Amino acid sequence: MPTITETATTSPIGRQTPRIDGPFKVSGTAMYASDFNFTGLLFAVPVEATIANGKLQKLDASEAEKMPGVRAIFHRANIGKIFRSVLQPPNSGIADERRPPLADDVIRYYGQYVAIAVADTFEAAKAAADAVRATYTKDKPNVNLDLQPESEPEAVETTHGRLKRLQSERGDPDKAFASAQVKVDQTYVTPAETHNPIELQGTIAMWDGQMLTIYEESQAVFNLRSVLAQMFGLPKENVRVITKFVGSGFGSKLWPWTHCALACAAARQLGKPVKLVLSRRMMFQSVGHRPRTQQRVRLGATNEGKLVSLMQDYLNDLDILGGYHENCGESTSYFYSVPNLRVHWGRTRRNIASPTPMRGPGAVPGLFATESAMNELADQLKIDPVRLRELNEPKIDEGKGIPFSSRHYLECLQRGGERFGWANRNAEVGSMKRDGSILGWGMSGAAWIAGRFPAQASVELRDDGSARVACGTQDIGTGTYTILAQLVSDKTGVPLNKIEVVLGDTSLPPGPISGGSLVTGSIVPAVFDAADNAITSLLTVATTEPGSPFGNRTPDDLAFEAGRVFAKADGLAKGVSVSDLLRRTNMRLVTGSGKSEGTLDEKKPKVSMHSYCCHFVEVTWQPATARLHVNRVVTVIDGGRIINPLAGRNQIEGAVVMGVGMALLEHTIYDPQNGAPINSNLADYLMAVNADAPLMEVHFLDYPDTDVNPLGARGIGEIGLAGVAAAITAATYHATGVRVRELPIRIEDLLTSSILA
Amino acid sequence: MKIFELTRADDPRQAIAAAAKANTAQQGADIRFIAGGTNLVDYMKLNVETPRQLVDVNHLPFDKIEALPDGGLSIGAVVRNSDLAYHPIVRKNYAVLSEALLSGASPQLRNMATTAGNLLQRTRCMYFRDTAMPCNKREPGSGCAAITGVNRGLAILGTSEHCIASNPSDMNVALAALEATIHISGPKGERSVTIGDFHLLPGNTPNRETVLEPGDLITHVTLPPPSPGNRSLYLKLRDRASFEFALASAAVVITADGGKITRARVALGGVGTKPWRSMEAEGELTGQSATQAVFQKAAEAALRDAKPQSQNGFKVELAKRCLVHALKLVTQTA
Ligand SMILES: Cc1cc2nc3c(=O)[nH]c(=O)nc-3n(C[C@H](O)[C@H](O)[C@H](O)COP(=O)(O)OP(=O)(O)OC[C@H]3O[C@@H](n4cnc5c(N)ncnc54)[C@H](O)[C@@H]3O)c2cc1C
Ligand code: SF4
Repeated sequence: MPTITETATTSPIGRQTPRIDGPFKVSGTAMYASDFNFTGLLFAVPVEATIANGKLQKLDASEAEKMPGVRAIFHRANIGKIFRSVLQPPNSGIADERRPPLADDVIRYYGQYVAIAVADTFEAAKAAADAVRATYTKDKPNVNLDLQPESEPEAVETTHGRLKRLQSERGDPDKAFASAQVKVDQTYVTPAETHNPIELQGTIAMWDGQMLTIYEESQAVFNLRSVLAQMFGLPKENVRVITKFVGSGFGSKLWPWTHCALACAAARQLGKPVKLVLSRRMMFQSVGHRPRTQQRVRLGATNEGKLVSLMQDYLNDLDILGGYHENCGESTSYFYSVPNLRVHWGRTRRNIASPTPMRGPGAVPGLFATESAMNELADQLKIDPVRLRELNEPKIDEGKGIPFSSRHYLECLQRGGERFGWANRNAEVGSMKRDGSILGWGMSGAAWIAGRFPAQASVELRDDGSARVACGTQDIGTGTYTILAQLVSDKTGVPLNKIEVVLGDTSLPPGPISGGSLVTGSIVPAVFDAADNAITSLLTVATTEPGSPFGNRTPDDLAFEAGRVFAKADGLAKGVSVSDLLRRTNMRLVTGSGKSEGTLDEKKPKVSMHSYCCHFVEVTWQPATARLHVNRVVTVIDGGRIINPLAGRNQIEGAVVMGVGMALLEHTIYDPQNGAPINSNLADYLMAVNADAPLMEVHFLDYPDTDVNPLGARGIGEIGLAGVAAAITAATYHATGVRVRELPIRIEDLLTSSILA
Repeated sequence: MKIFELTRADDPRQAIAAAAKANTAQQGADIRFIAGGTNLVDYMKLNVETPRQLVDVNHLPFDKIEALPDGGLSIGAVVRNSDLAYHPIVRKNYAVLSEALLSGASPQLRNMATTAGNLLQRTRCMYFRDTAMPCNKREPGSGCAAITGVNRGLAILGTSEHCIASNPSDMNVALAALEATIHISGPKGERSVTIGDFHLLPGNTPNRETVLEPGDLITHVTLPPPSPGNRSLYLKLRDRASFEFALASAAVVITADGGKITRARVALGGVGTKPWRSMEAEGELTGQSATQAVFQKAAEAALRDAKPQSQNGFKVELAKRCLVHALKLVTQTA
């Protein structure tokens, strides 16, 4: 065997690495989907329904059609055929809103598209869209905030196929709860939230005969391709999706939305490229949101704090037609040791658009509920909430009955507590003060899935000493470009600035979706495999091609290290560089392809793979002005080996700030009268701004999890958000005595506090 | 947005003559002045405002801040909010105005926003922005969706059964406490109106927000000389720490002598349908010593007539705390 050695001394793995795409972004040369321009490009603006429940009676486009620069107003009668798509397991054909746009005249949510105006300029298209007159028969929309489960069978269809509503069960949780010495039985509510990436969603669609090319900011180009191929009745290879840069997604760009099919259909009808970019208001209406959840959590424990029963019954609301399930129970079955447990869910249909995954889907609202209940239990028991968690640390994943691959949650708690100074806590409400403010301290833990999607990649080594890596995944702003370069540099010794990274294109080897924090974990083995194969090919070249100094050797005689090929017998010093070898053999490049399987669909997994974290939070409460501020957050992450600590820290800090927004601000309001998301702009939908950001301290434990991949890297894009809100509500209770179980915490809630400065 | 014509006015008479042809008073009119555009263009994009002609007033000679012979200050209509906030005389003599301006919007917006534009900025009521919803201010007679809908951010003082929209401006609250005068040049000549008389209560014509008539151009705003020995302060309370309109705010201008309040000017923001000067609170403060109990009485007086809606009852308590705390801070430093 040839020997291929990781070039340990120069490897950028684990090194603070500035993003290789940073200069393009700050200089404005990064091309986001809607930055592309083409000759003859036309502009489209959809017409939004202004009711949330009813029927489109009449659509009068006569005035709009006559306006200057207008090419067409498309509606159900003239948009042409758009087919339905279905799920294609394991990983394609996924869509939360399955109904093809304009398929019927029934309006099921506010902002549903009823027509689309296409014109020579954006301004003309917008004016024409505004001039389309739609009349409706209106019914009262149901956007009721109190969720009651629909009567659904125990196994129901979801976006991802059939699922059982009884998610997990062991022992006899009802009986154990009934006889428990100490009990918590509370209901927690999280509101609808909208992702609000800064880059608006949009599509540029172009047809060349039967070939459809689209530019779209997608978190999953291959899935989008599979859905579009179905909707337009094309073989998959006739559809190409390109996504070079994404101005954030948070999940809203994971699955296809109806505007994309509309743009494709309009381009087809007109035989010209069409660009459609959503408005901020549309971003609240038709590209998904985190659904409202309502969760009853029951905990039973002994007087000493050992859990005896855990029950979580949760509901999420969803649209009239879809199948979205917010998996609030993802971590419930394995996070704590408890002999009796049941996790069960249901759904409630409303006149709203389909929900979709939003950063940390399921776990983020789910852990708000379960971790809040744990904090309430600790208060009831009068024991430290950290101690309560230590007392209930499981030895194995009790939900699946298998060992954990790598779990260091207790160490997270210990490190976090030390860094925060938790030992100085006085548990009494309102007892801690500083500079005229009351301090509140709270904590929470969290867990998030780890594993791999299937992935492929290719690596090229070139005669100028550079390398190219290609993978059809996406960089949604999280640093995937850089990680890909780091992986190739690690294997080949090519420096980062000589590595070209190509991604976001269905013409490349299929890569993983940018979801579930799984990209990094998924691509490691595929890229390593590709690099190894490129090097193997290089060694073959060295022994077979005229001009090589190793012509008299066999590949087994050779080794590759630090970017050089050498005869084992002669040593590295007498080797030649890749560029030298390729030049001497008159070759431009060698190429290797790599592939790795996914872990998530394993029927019988042998280990339970997750990331863990904890947050310690300090708030300050000023009763005189009813002002609550999150002051300080210490976060410890057990997220496997961290490949790029710079980008990693950035992910966690961003997530913590988002968690502050979740706890105190974020909330999509559906108007009770017409069902519109009424605060559909960035001034009325409040997110945390810099002035709301706490001082943040982030620690990574950095234990490799080699069950996930050879480097031991898991993903960390989402876990930092999970648990933050529960820690903040706990800290808020500690400061104010007000227990908030429905997010966000509002001034209205705090004004009931009787704690005075 | 509808197609519109943009003309640039180089002298005030020309601007006034152009706008005098408007079908109605300034708000909602078909011919409009445009200054920073940060409010008007926003509403034009939403088709809430659909002027056919815009008259650009940015080049008119109203861009100066000048000390007046009586010790007061004259502020031009197109002076940018940031220039006003950082002007040395404003910081020294009218701190409340500087603080109010800097608590509003963002640096980028304040660099564009003007004195007159800020005075005339329209409500943040979410139904006013949404042309698919009934709104008496936007479409007289169509109804008020806020009274039966989302009204958490809206007014509790000065409301009517036709409209409960709050005046969103921070600057206006400070101007009310400073007893500013608005100077107007119109087709019939020049006139001045005190800030208290400038904005109108909604009554049954919420579409009419000020006393301006077609063609009326705001030229400048004057402030009386600062009362000797006064301290002033603006306190703004809101959900997030920055870049949000007030849920409740207080502008206070207090003169105290040996612990006794000799002169008090108080205005509230975020709670009134217009910038809310509270003579009731001033009455409770004047001649009293600066104590928590007196502040509390003043706050009770200021909110006595509050009429909360379904979601904004908390504003009564919040506004009281805001005023009490503002008074405490301003008299502490005195
Ligand atoms: C995201 C956002 C956040 C904001 N947050 C705050 C906040 O926290 N606090 C706050 O107080 N404000 C806030 N604002 C509002 C901001 O202060 C106003 O938009 C700004 O003051 C308007 O000034 P302008 O010059 O841009 O007005 P324009 O938009 O140009 O004009 C507004 C109105 O004034 C009229 N007008 C302009 N000049 C004259 C004149 N000389 N004579 C007669 N009529 C005239 C116009 O016809 C128009 O009706 C915010 C705005 C935005 C967009
Ligand atoms: S409060 Fe005023 S602005 Fe708001 S909907 Fe009612 S009438 Fe319109």
